[in-house]
Amino acid sequence: MSLLSLKGLSKSFGGLMAVNDVSFNLAEGSILGLIGPNGAGKTTVFNLITGIYRPDQGEIRFKDTPIMGLPTHRIVSLGIARTFQTIRLFQNLSVLENVLSGWHCRMRAGSLRAMLRTPGQRREERRALERALEMLEFVRLRHEAKQLAKNLSYGNQRLLEIARALATDPRLLILDEPSGGMNEQETGELILLIRKLREQGITIFLIEHRMSLVMKLCESIVVLDYGAKIAEGKPDEIKQNPRVIEAYLGSEEGEGR
Amino acid sequence: MKRTLLMFIAPTALFLLSPLVLNPYWVDVLNNVGLYAILGLSLNLIVGHAGLFNLGHAAFYAVGAYTAAVLNTRFHVPVLWLLPLCALSSGIFAAVIARPIIHLRGDYLCIVTIGVGEIVRIALLNNVFGITGGVNGIVGIDRPSVFGIAIRNPHEFFYLIWGFAAITVFFFHRLENSRFGRALNYLREDEVAAEGSGINVAHYKLACFILGAAWAGMAGDIFAAKMTVISPESFSFWESVLMFTLIILGGSGSIPGVILGAFLITGLPEVFREFANARLLVFGAAMVVMMIFRTGGILPPRPRTYPDIDAPVGEGRP
Repeated sequence: MSLLSLKGLSKSFGGLMAVNDVSFNLAEGSILGLIGPNGAGKTTVFNLITGIYRPDQGEIRFKDTPIMGLPTHRIVSLGIARTFQTIRLFQNLSVLENVLSGWHCRMRAGSLRAMLRTPGQRREERRALERALEMLEFVRLRHEAKQLAKNLSYGNQRLLEIARALATDPRLLILDEPSGGMNEQETGELILLIRKLREQGITIFLIEHRMSLVMKLCESIVVLDYGAKIAEGKPDEIKQNPRVIEAYLGSEEGEGR
Repeated sequence: MKRTLLMFIAPTALFLLSPLVLNPYWVDVLNNVGLYAILGLSLNLIVGHAGLFNLGHAAFYAVGAYTAAVLNTRFHVPVLWLLPLCALSSGIFAAVIARPIIHLRGDYLCIVTIGVGEIVRIALLNNVFGITGGVNGIVGIDRPSVFGIAIRNPHEFFYLIWGFAAITVFFFHRLENSRFGRALNYLREDEVAAEGSGINVAHYKLACFILGAAWAGMAGDIFAAKMTVISPESFSFWESVLMFTLIILGGSGSIPGVILGAFLITGLPEVFREFANARLLVFGAAMVVMMIFRTGGILPPRPRTYPDIDAPVGEGRP
């Protein structure tokens, strides 16, 4: 059964066709990679799924319900969480509070109940704290809980973004270049982490430039070039695909980009 | 622990007893400080926590004060009974005003709120709906009474105003340390990331505007009862600037900071009355120095504390 399906998705900015008639499905429990040269429209696809942009055409279905046009926070509460290509943490708040933001959409108490500090509200806060600490434990950042987010190393900031996304209790986790800025060892740990997530039933969809990671991790890969899907398949097939090689290396006539 | 408690209780007790030794003039100064502390705390939700620049807070203060004045002089409703109604009218006014402008960022929002403040002041001057009394304002507002005890002189107002300030601190402290308070901080730090983490950014921006305005409306009610006469000049742009400045100076997003700011901004000029002409100069210089050396204000917010961060837990599982 497919958890997420895109059908005929298009989006243009002015005259630029950023995403052009893209369709594919994401099976529940799988790890799908989205690759392509710079400017191929990968991040735009992510932004369309998460509701930051509205598609011009096409359909996005999550668990068989259309989600186009829903505001981002609604899409998150339906079970799609994401991280950002350029790190977007709440820099001046603590690591713990960054993660707490993820559980926000699973809480209910509003301002009045907070002012009165009702038993239900306190229970909810305790639960949120437990959950956030569990997530920090999961990415091994618990010892940094009180630290401000901006004081973490680059690799740890990436992990914190993942923890924040996980705290929303997602079915689908969208990672935009998760290994960006990480060294080899950190990347190795990231691969283990993503595998562990998948074992726990979370479907993973990632953009990645580091081919070693993509080939090792993904069960299937979608390749974009100039906004259009040029290939889809298993890692081995993608490696051999002449159109993919052309897109990355340029054609033989020397029209390389 | 005992020591900090003593450090806190002793000055508080001293402060609460101060009206007994001060003359009415100085008690009235403290009352004004109290009113600005309440106003500052209400604006602090918007400016300090959510990071939305609102330079028109006097408009909400005015709506509350005029609601109280009109209903009290025409229908003789006791002023303190009007507190919820003043909160309601200011809150509704804020909801109507903020809805179309809330998506604006930074200085754009700031300019629009200045406009709102001026529109309200000029509308009051022009005797809008024929009920605001124009330039002369509204006279003959009743004094408040609490459990049958009439509140007339500054000493009695001292306890009413600072009592309300204490209630404000109590509730706002809880609010800060909740899902609501955190949400405001998230959207201040990064709107896109907040929305992407499942926070309804538009809702929280509007909610903090409404709540801050409602609280300013209640402060307006108390102000009307204290003055018994209100007129548009009490709600000028300068008032909004004072409320804004005291937050930035004291510590934006910090309750003790805002209260300190209220003392500095409204209390100090009274202490140095001889130098009243230099007031704006000193304000300006203080702000410049702040911006260079202590961007968070004199008492910047302390990080929230959470129980059992340090306690070990079992293996994490998402």
